[in-house]
Amino acid sequence: METASTISTTTAPTTMPGAANGVFEMPKVTYLNAQEGIKSWLLTGDHKRIAILYLISISVFFALGGVFASLIRIELLTPGPELDAEMYNRAFTAHGIIMVFMFLIPAIPAVLGNFLLPIMIGARDLAFPKVNLLSWYLYIIGGALTMSAMVIGGVDTGWTFYTPYSTTYSQSYVFLTGLGIFIMGFSSITTGLNFVITTHKMRAPGMTWSRLPLFVWSQYATSLVMLLGTPVIAITVVLLAAERVFGVGIFNPNLGGDPVLFQHLFWFYSHPAVYIMILPAMGVISELIAAFSRRRVFGYSFVAFSSLAIAIFGFLVWGHHLFVSGQSAYAGIIFSILSFIVAIPSAVKVFNWTTTLYKGSISYETPMLYALAFIGLFAIGGLTGLFCAALGLDVHITDTYFIIAHFHYVMVGSTVIAYLGGIHYWWPKMTGRGYPEFWGKLSALLIYVGFNLTFFPQFILGYLGMPRRYHVYPPEYQVLNILSTAGASVLAVGFMMPVFYLLWSLKYGPITGPNPWGAKGLEWETASPPPTFNFDATPIVTEEAYAYDAEADEAAYQAALQQGKR
Amino acid sequence: MLWELPLMPQQASTIAHKVDALYLFLWGMTAFFTLLIFALILVFAVKYKRGKVADRSNPPDTDHKLEAVWIVVPLAISLVIFGWATAIFFEQVRPPADAVEYFATGKQWMWKFQSPEGKREVNELHVPKGRNIKVTATSEDVLHDLFFPAFRTKADVLPGRYTNVWFNATKAGTYHIFCAEYCGMQHSLMIGKVIVMEPQDYERWLTTASSGTAGQTAAAGDETPAQAGERLFTQHGCQTCHQGSSGALGPALAGVSGAEVELQNGEKVKADDDYLRESILNSSAKIVKGYQAVMPNFKGQISEEDVMSLIAYIKAQK
Repeated sequence: METASTISTTTAPTTMPGAANGVFEMPKVTYLNAQEGIKSWLLTGDHKRIAILYLISISVFFALGGVFASLIRIELLTPGPELDAEMYNRAFTAHGIIMVFMFLIPAIPAVLGNFLLPIMIGARDLAFPKVNLLSWYLYIIGGALTMSAMVIGGVDTGWTFYTPYSTTYSQSYVFLTGLGIFIMGFSSITTGLNFVITTHKMRAPGMTWSRLPLFVWSQYATSLVMLLGTPVIAITVVLLAAERVFGVGIFNPNLGGDPVLFQHLFWFYSHPAVYIMILPAMGVISELIAAFSRRRVFGYSFVAFSSLAIAIFGFLVWGHHLFVSGQSAYAGIIFSILSFIVAIPSAVKVFNWTTTLYKGSISYETPMLYALAFIGLFAIGGLTGLFCAALGLDVHITDTYFIIAHFHYVMVGSTVIAYLGGIHYWWPKMTGRGYPEFWGKLSALLIYVGFNLTFFPQFILGYLGMPRRYHVYPPEYQVLNILSTAGASVLAVGFMMPVFYLLWSLKYGPITGPNPWGAKGLEWETASPPPTFNFDATPIVTEEAYAYDAEADEAAYQAALQQGKR
Repeated sequence: MLWELPLMPQQASTIAHKVDALYLFLWGMTAFFTLLIFALILVFAVKYKRGKVADRSNPPDTDHKLEAVWIVVPLAISLVIFGWATAIFFEQVRPPADAVEYFATGKQWMWKFQSPEGKREVNELHVPKGRNIKVTATSEDVLHDLFFPAFRTKADVLPGRYTNVWFNATKAGTYHIFCAEYCGMQHSLMIGKVIVMEPQDYERWLTTASSGTAGQTAAAGDETPAQAGERLFTQHGCQTCHQGSSGALGPALAGVSGAEVELQNGEKVKADDDYLRESILNSSAKIVKGYQAVMPNFKGQISEEDVMSLIAYIKAQK
C-alpha cells in the first residue's frame, strides 16, 4: 500500500495526457510483462489479462458486425434491390446476432468489468480465476460456431429467431447458430456468477456496500440479470432445436405448438438482456461524470438502488414486445404500465448525473465528452421508449424503423458511447500510456454527429410506416434513407479512428503514471499498468466513494495556473 | 429532393388523428426534457468549467425532496400517457359490433383478400369509405403482419389462429399494405394496396370488376363467403351428421357461433372463430357433451380460405 497510496492522495489535479510525460516511468513488473509468451496469455488466470483477451476478441466481432451494418446501409441507399433478398436477410441477421450476443452483452462486463471490478473493491482477482478463463473460452467457442454458420451460408431468421419460420421454414443454418448462442450464454452465466461472489466475499477491509463505486453496483445488478435470465434463453434455444431437428411440436401450430410461446420465452430473456447491455454503461457514466466534474455523484444511494430496481422490473416487462402478436389485450395493459414504471429509475439516474455537474470543477477530456453525449442520447433513447410502451402508439410503430431508431439510441448512442468513454478513461490504467487527446475528441465528435444523422431520420421513417427488415421500399422513403446512410459513413470513420490512435499509443503514447486524471477510486491507487495481483498490499478503505473536493481541487488548479506551470 | 422531406404519414382512418396527437404530444415531451437536460448541462458546463471562478462551496450530496420530485413528476406524466394510449388501444383492438367482415389469408409472400360480397383479390383490397371494416386474418405458413400505415393499425397474422384488424377509412385513395412481421426471403415484397372508394364507386366496382380479378377461381365465382360455405358444407358431406335434428351424429350448428358449448369433460367454452376452426380441422380436440368422436379431421384437406367460408356459413345460420 505504501507506494500506491502516497501517490494518489497527493496528486494535484492534472490533465491528461502529455503534460506528465517524462515525469513518470513505466513500472518494471506489470501484469502485462510478469509472464511472457502466448501460452502465458492463453492459460492466464489474471482477470486483467482475460479482460485484454476479451477486448481483442470483442473488437474483432464489433468490426465484423459493422461490416454487415455497412452492407445494410448500402442496400437501403436506393429503393430497389442492390443485394438479392436472400443475402440482405442474412446480412441483417448477422449484424444483429454479432452485435447483440458477441459485442453488446459481453462488452462492458467482460472487458471493463473484468479488468476493474476486483481492483475497484481492493481484491487480488476475481473469486474464481479459472472459471473466468473458462468463460472466455466458452465465448470464443460459441462465437466461432456462430461465425462458422455465417461462413458456410448464414442464417436468415433475424436475431429474434421467430417461430415457426426458424423451426420449419428457414433453409439456413439455424441450428449451428443457435448452438453458438447457447454456449456463449454459459460464458455470460459464469461471468455473472464470478462477479456476484466476488462482490460479496472479496471486498477489501472498509469497502462497505455503501462505499462501492457505482460501476460495481451496476455490474452487480447486471450479474444478477445474467444469472437469472440467461438460463431461459438456453432453454428456449434447446426447445427451438428440438422442434427444428427432431420435429417435436412446441411452437409450430401444425405440430400442435404455439408460435407466440416462443416470443414469450425469447423476450423473457432478451428484454432483461437489454438491461445487461445498458446497466454497465450507466455504471461507467457514473464514474466518468464524478471524475471529470470532481464531485461525488449526486444522490449516490438513489443511483445505486435504481440499478437494482431496473434489474428487478426489467424481468417483468417482456410482454411489451408482443402488443400486436396475438397476446391478450389485458396482458398488454399490465406490460404497458410496468414498462412505464421501469423507465423511472433511468430518469432518476439522468437527473442525478446532471445535478452532479452543479458546483463541480469540470474539465472536458475525451471520456467526459462521451459521458455528456451519453446523457443526451440516452435521454432520447429512453424517452422514445415511452412511445413504444404506449399501447395505442406502439400498434402503429412496432416492427417499423421507429423501433430500430429507438433501440439504436439505447444500444449504440448509450452503450457503445459509454464503452468507448470507459476505454479512453481507463486506457492509461490498462496500458500505462495516454492516447492523443486531439484525435480522441475528434473521433468522439464524429461519432456523435454520425450517430444522430444515421438514426434520427429512422424515427420519422418508422412513423411514416417503413417496416424493418425490408430490402426494397417505396420511393417516398428514399430521402430519409440517404440521410441515414450518409450518417453511417461518418459513424464508420469515427469508429475506425480509435483503433489506429489507441494502437499507436501503445508504443508512442505518453507514460501517464498511476493517476493521470487525479481521480478517486482504488484503481487509481495502484500502478499503471497494475501488478499481477493488483496491489502490493491489501488496501484499507477509510473514505466514502468519490471523496472529491471540487473547491480544493479548483483552488490548487488556479494556484498552479498562476505559478505559470500550465 | 430534400424539400419533399415527408414527416407525417397520410391520415386516412378515424383513429389516425388520435394516434398522431399522442405521437406529437410525446415528441413535445421528449423535446422538453431533452432540452431541459441539455440546457442544465450547458449552464453547469460553462459556469463550473475548471479554471473559471465560481462558488463551489458546500456542494449538495443528496436531496430527498429533489429526488422525490424527479420520481413523482415523471411517474405522473407516465400515467397520463399510459391512460391516453390505452384508451386508443382499446379502440384499435375492439372492432365495433356493426363492422363488416372481410377475410385475409397471408402466405409466403402474398395477401389474399375476400370481401363480404364474395370478391376475391390478391395484394389489393377495395373497401368503401366511411364504413366499419373488420379484416379477419390467418396465415397458411409463418407469422405475417397486416399493417395499414395510413390507418395507424396492424396485427400479427398467425398460422392456426384468427386475429383481426379493423378500421373506418375516412379518405378515398390508395394506401400501402405492408407485411410488418419478418416472413422470409421476399418479406419486403409482401406488400399491397388498400383502395378506399366512395360507397357508390365501391358498389359500381363490385358489379363491374366481377370477372378476371387476380386470384379468382372459376368455381368460387362471386359467391359470398356464406354461400361458398354452404356449397362446401354439402360438398364435404357435413350435413349427413350436422343435420340439426336431435339424435343426429353431430351437434346442430344453427346459433352455435358465439354461444357457450359444454364439452364431454364438463368444461364450457365459447364457440368463437378459433373454436369453430379447430372443430373442423382437428375435431377430436374438443368433443361436445353427448356426442362421440366420430368426425374425421379435415386438416390438410380444406384450405384456410374454405375454412373461413365454412365459418361464415355457420355464423349465418341463426
